[in-house]
Amino acid sequence: MKRYVIPALTVIAAVGFVFTLWEVFVETPVQVTLGDRGQILVGQSLFFNQKIFYYHVANAFMLFAAVGTTGFCSIAYLKTRNAKWDDVALAAGEIAVMFGLVVLVTGSIWAKAAWDLWWVWEKRLTMSLLLWLTLVGYVLVRRFAGAGSERLAAGLAVFGTVAVPFIYVMVSQGDHHPQAGASGNVATLSGQMKISFWFSVLTFLFWFLALIISRVSSARAERRVRELHERAMDAGVL
Amino acid sequence: MQAPSREAELPRTTVIRVGLVRHAAQVAWKDLRVELRSRELLYTVTFFAALVVVVFTFTFPRVDKKIVADVAPGMLWVAIAFAGTIGLGRAFDREREGDTMRALLLTPAPRVAVFLGKAVAIALLMLAVAAIVAPLLALFLPGATALFDAPLPLAVAILLGTLGFAIAGSVFAAALLRVRARDVLLPVILYPILIPLFVAATRVTSDLLQTPADLDDAWYWISFLGMFDAAFLVVSLWVFESLVIE
Repeated sequence: MKRYVIPALTVIAAVGFVFTLWEVFVETPVQVTLGDRGQILVGQSLFFNQKIFYYHVANAFMLFAAVGTTGFCSIAYLKTRNAKWDDVALAAGEIAVMFGLVVLVTGSIWAKAAWDLWWVWEKRLTMSLLLWLTLVGYVLVRRFAGAGSERLAAGLAVFGTVAVPFIYVMVSQGDHHPQAGASGNVATLSGQMKISFWFSVLTFLFWFLALIISRVSSARAERRVRELHERAMDAGVL
Repeated sequence: MQAPSREAELPRTTVIRVGLVRHAAQVAWKDLRVELRSRELLYTVTFFAALVVVVFTFTFPRVDKKIVADVAPGMLWVAIAFAGTIGLGRAFDREREGDTMRALLLTPAPRVAVFLGKAVAIALLMLAVAAIVAPLLALFLPGATALFDAPLPLAVAILLGTLGFAIAGSVFAAALLRVRARDVLLPVILYPILIPLFVAATRVTSDLLQTPADLDDAWYWISFLGMFDAAFLVVSLWVFESLVIE
């Protein structure tokens, strides 16, 4: 079954991505806010650079999904000691780093285009950066600490999860920059923008699932090889 | 050791709780006694922290009264964080060199007590570092003596800041004993999760350096530090056992 699931998800994501390009750049107007009676409000239209929003925010959703998965699975792993949870946590951690990189880079490009600054210490940016840094630490531990690093990394993920509300309070209280919310709330999107946006989220969700399933299965395979190796050593075959 | 008959008279929970605190104190006292005999960490780490401050004063040569409130807090807390990282690594390396960590974990004391004792010992070392670094900054930077105009918030902030660092640091330094690349991985793990602590601590310090000092804001961030420490303490008590298991 798995042999078909991963390619299928990948193909869906790839076709969907091409389709989002069409949706975003052709179908969706450069956003114009319409008044109650459908009239165009002067000064409310966005610039062309708003197009990146459909990718930036969709990737940010996937980042938060991956971070949440890592935190949840790490807690479950420490509680149950079942290695299955650890495989998922590792996969989600690595994927979170990748999506986080996309979020930070697209965000930076958008910030430069919209505010003429590469970086602003604004709430969402700070949060994403700190989450991303914790996840990079997580992946570095998994990669370079060698055997026995699973529990250590899980502990890091738990601490990172606990730190999130503090980071949130910190950035809301300590934020002296003007509120730079360029995108507003995604729940208030309307019309074609809404369709394009949620279509993009769905596409990246398929991509996310394809990545996580393949990464989890490779982590399981690694574990099985390691266990077989140990058994062969014990049996004196190797 | 108390006579068992006396403990038997007490309600059971009291015995356990008293036992935990006493065991933790014993572990902390053991570490301090080792340290007081050689004074290795005390001398090297405080000197290192002083050097960090001196390097800062050379790399930021044009600090004047106007910007000291923006610069000095960063210097103070970076020096404390660096010194703490080095001290943590060295304190646990000592256990590894003597192969005594296992012995410590095998003692009848609960593991949580081992953790608490270690954290207290590290926090005391970092307090010694802060006691050197803060006056040095006041000496070197113009206008930084204002730090000591409100000693209570400064002391509480330093206490809570070092305690939080020591709590999270002890968990990960102990867990890193078993793995490779521990020297570089300790800060890689610690700094991202401790950024709220650093931000809050530097905010307090910066508030104290304003003219006039913004005490309301300082106490707000001190309470933030307190809650952060409490949350991290709870998590540490929960995960320590599963992280350092042999």
